[in-house]
Amino acid sequence: MQDVLMTSMKLRYFKQQMFFAVVRLSALLIALALGGIIAYIVVNGISAISWDFLTLPPTDSMTKGGIMPAILGTLYLTIGAIAVALPLGVASAIYLTEYAKQGKFVRLVRIGINCLAGVPSVVFGLFGLGFFVVFLHFGSCILSGALTLGILVLPTIIGASEEALKSVPQTFREASLSLGVSKWQTIYKIVLPTALPGILTGSILGIGRAAGETAPIMFTAAAFFTAKLPGSIFDEVMALPYHVYVLATAGTHIEQTRPIQYGTVLVLVGLVLGVNLIAIVIRSYVRKKKRW
Amino acid sequence: MEGNSIIELRNVNFFYGQVKALNDITMDFGKNRVTALIGPSGCGKSTLLRLLNRMNDLIDGTRVEGEIIFEGINIYGTDVDPVDVRRKIGMVFQKPNPFPKSIFNNVTYAPRLAGISKRSDLELLAEESLKQAVLWEEVKDILDKSAMTLSGGQQQRLCIARALAMKPDIILMDEPTSALDPISTAKIEELIDELRKKYTIIIVTHNMQQAARVSSKTGFFYLGKLIEYNATEKIFTNPDVKQTEDYITGRFG
Repeated sequence: MQDVLMTSMKLRYFKQQMFFAVVRLSALLIALALGGIIAYIVVNGISAISWDFLTLPPTDSMTKGGIMPAILGTLYLTIGAIAVALPLGVASAIYLTEYAKQGKFVRLVRIGINCLAGVPSVVFGLFGLGFFVVFLHFGSCILSGALTLGILVLPTIIGASEEALKSVPQTFREASLSLGVSKWQTIYKIVLPTALPGILTGSILGIGRAAGETAPIMFTAAAFFTAKLPGSIFDEVMALPYHVYVLATAGTHIEQTRPIQYGTVLVLVGLVLGVNLIAIVIRSYVRKKKRW
Repeated sequence: MEGNSIIELRNVNFFYGQVKALNDITMDFGKNRVTALIGPSGCGKSTLLRLLNRMNDLIDGTRVEGEIIFEGINIYGTDVDPVDVRRKIGMVFQKPNPFPKSIFNNVTYAPRLAGISKRSDLELLAEESLKQAVLWEEVKDILDKSAMTLSGGQQQRLCIARALAMKPDIILMDEPTSALDPISTAKIEELIDELRKKYTIIIVTHNMQQAARVSSKTGFFYLGKLIEYNATEKIFTNPDVKQTEDYITGRFG
């Protein structure tokens, strides 16, 4: 009897150990994958990074020189996407959470937004080409690219904004309304400021992701090569993700440009991590201040 | 003896969807009096309180029948803006709910949106309101600090000051001390006694000693009906209705 008990206990203990080992391994694998990717990029790309690389345009059929126009292009496109998507996304989220009567229409809009989030990015690229570039005659330019990227991140921004708005305590709204303050003033003066950090954090994370997308900009904004810096929103630009794509697939000196490819990827990853870092800083700052 | 009534309910029914929460309520509230509403949870007393400044409008699918007359006007009339009603009939909630802003900005928030913009006017108003709420001495040097740093009792007095800053005629209090410790509760009760001189106060409370201490009239609600509405002293010593007595003596159920 004693023996049977001991074996069943040992078995149970063994099962527990097995389970812990499996979950621990899963977590480790993910950390390793991320670490591996970053390490690989850093090892291969760091030699390409120099002041000239960051501040000069490409030269000698893009086999030498820097990637400054691509960095600038990606920055312009990202800022443009924010300018397009943030106001629109926040406005829709306000409508959906604060004004709309929860019913069929709102459900339909929500389904639409979720579908939009699942659409492959190349479809956005084609839509941008058909609508902004061709139909509206914007041509391939910063404006078309920013609008396309903006639509791409819209579902993320709406989602993040809705979450942030919902997390504002109902008691704040009640308190404000009970003082004879109108609904719009309540939203504008109390709800939005309280939700803003959450909205920004979620939106920045979404936009960081968009900054690395290639498909949406390859038909709508990105130039194969242009040493000229954009003068207006109707100019084509180079962009980091597309530059990598071009160097790695379409160039005549693919092997020769390997270091530049990795260097470009390193800069892109650095940019995205930097953007995410901003989001993390905002979030931790707000967590410290939050007291309700 | 009765004094003037300031707000009056006439045959009021109230529905949450299909559920009738208030059944044919007719009652009036005396001006510059403290009136207490008591009754077990779910009896409709808070619902009635929130009807008086149209806070139930915020809940989808609610319906009001009958009239609530304030200053000669039915506040549920079609041409009445609830925002105007709420400017005259303020509210203090169960849990202190200051905004995540400075103490000064909490008090001056609503007056500023109502159009007062001169800094000196706002400062005067803040001081006056905070003094009325007996909070001034504690916060006069930290007006720019976040209201969230105050204690619960202080926060609740700040919420009262915030309501006073709109210079309302009536202040509705929905179990204002249920989240507070006994000392803070005593301070709020003293404050209510002081405010009675200038304002009309209607208070919902679960604490029957509190109702007895602060109010001059008390209404007892049960299952959406006003069972008895009488002078507080009478309610607590010699009620007319057996149900009231059962509730007050704790023999309910």
